[in-house]
Amino acid sequence: MKILVCISHVPDTTSKINFTEGDTKFDTNGVQFVINPNDEFGLTRAMWFKEKQAASVTVVNVGGPETEPTLRKALAIGADGAIRVNAHPKDGTFVAKQLAKVMQDGGYDLVIAGRESIDYNGGMVPGMLAALTNSNFVNTCINLEVDGTNAKATREIDGGKETVSTNLPLVIGGQKGLVEESELRIPNMRGIMQARQKPLNVIEPTGDNGATNSVKFEKPAEKGAVKLVSVDNIDELVSLLHNEAKVI
Amino acid sequence: MSVLVYTESDNGQFKKVALEVASYAKAVADALGTSVTALAINANDTSILGNHGVDKVLNVSNEQLKSFNAKAYADVIKQAAEKEEAKVVVVSSSADSKYLAPLLAISLNAGYATNVVEAPASTSPFTVKRTAFTNKAFEMTEMSTDVKLIGVSNNSFGLVENSASASSEEFSPSIPDFKVTIESVDKATDKVTIADAEIVVSGGRGLKGPENWGMIEELADVLGAATACSKPVSDLGWRPHSEHVGQTGKPVASNLYIAIGISGAIQHLAGINASKVKVVINTDPEAPFFKAADYGVVGDAFEVVPTLIQKLKEFKAQNA
Repeated sequence: MKILVCISHVPDTTSKINFTEGDTKFDTNGVQFVINPNDEFGLTRAMWFKEKQAASVTVVNVGGPETEPTLRKALAIGADGAIRVNAHPKDGTFVAKQLAKVMQDGGYDLVIAGRESIDYNGGMVPGMLAALTNSNFVNTCINLEVDGTNAKATREIDGGKETVSTNLPLVIGGQKGLVEESELRIPNMRGIMQARQKPLNVIEPTGDNGATNSVKFEKPAEKGAVKLVSVDNIDELVSLLHNEAKVI
Repeated sequence: MSVLVYTESDNGQFKKVALEVASYAKAVADALGTSVTALAINANDTSILGNHGVDKVLNVSNEQLKSFNAKAYADVIKQAAEKEEAKVVVVSSSADSKYLAPLLAISLNAGYATNVVEAPASTSPFTVKRTAFTNKAFEMTEMSTDVKLIGVSNNSFGLVENSASASSEEFSPSIPDFKVTIESVDKATDKVTIADAEIVVSGGRGLKGPENWGMIEELADVLGAATACSKPVSDLGWRPHSEHVGQTGKPVASNLYIAIGISGAIQHLAGINASKVKVVINTDPEAPFFKAADYGVVGDAFEVVPTLIQKLKEFKAQNA
């Protein structure tokens, strides 16, 4: 089985979010970048397929040279090779079209992507990739097993979960549950050394355009200070929620 | 041309988000000077859609579509959009809509904007405001494609009354192969879901153990709320994973979020800060949640929550 794991290069959750150039660009100054959490769960599940079912695992990212340390980290965790599509990721449609070409050219059977990135939160790339390559698709996937060309997956639905069966080629939008947080792997020194020798191929983008264009960012208004209510005066809390906040 | 809105139902009843996206579609149609067509799949009574600005309902009754299937539903919506020559298609942010919408976007060649929180700021160029960076920022997005697909963030636009009498028309689309087949569903049917809830009551490690969740459930009952929990609580197995809210759990965008015994780690706040009003109850006045909350009580949950339940019952009795 050939697995492609999509890796988004995103600011760490604790990062300060600021914008530059007249609020049109994300300010990367002082920001630490990490593998998108939803993608890391998927990458770790891919390692399981590698170890138990002899799958090969390639990681891919659409981005500039600055994303290579994130791809190297994925290689250090255990991926066999990496591909970087050398382009600024304009929007979800653009990224999905780049990944569709990578998937088709490489003949991958299974693509594991995260349900959404924690920066732009588009949540559209996995589904678009599936539609573009005529692959089957399971979103918000919390469990995945593959036997030959048959796949069994569990997806989270509003209020519960649902188990489905389908076939390869398959794209999933994965999340926590594919593996648990405690199963995530920190690269060891051996992995880091090996990662330096593994192939990281840079390919040029297709001529496709995006469908949307980010024009400006704004930050939410500063929040006022919390209103404290005394333990002895819970009546006041009820009254504030009813009369002031108007939520009950 | 018209604005097409997919109004979701569950067991024949429209979900609350269906009325919210209908309200949103009406705002878009007004800005474009056109009408709203709703697509309803196996819904019992569509007349309520007229109250929220829908002019015409395309009714699909099909046994094959009894259970949700993303590919089939996306294909049915595409056929409806083409029939109506819709330039704008509106869906919700439910798990099902987020599943089908990317498939729909590719088949319609449409640009797709998710987590949209306001009516379009402009229709030429077509510009919408959406949340990004896990609710730490808003992004203004221009959509340049001929057809635009908009995913409205839950509880962001609200329900708007717009009295109209919606005409109804039977619609019989072709149904594609499913490719993904449901084997089993595990869903609590008697509980308010986090996605649909206007109020969410959430418990953290401060509650000391799963045996103490009775008062969380009672508080949720009084408020008609959904119950949720922090990540440590689901990791410890005190509550099911499906209740975990936060960055790697379910997102919450309720009108009221009550956090009990939750310190407010940044990953937790990232998942819940789309909620409009936040209340924190915690013994530690230094807990980070107090910086994110609108209202707070510094106190022991085991004293505060039973009192709050009592006071809310009295309030409900007076305002019934």
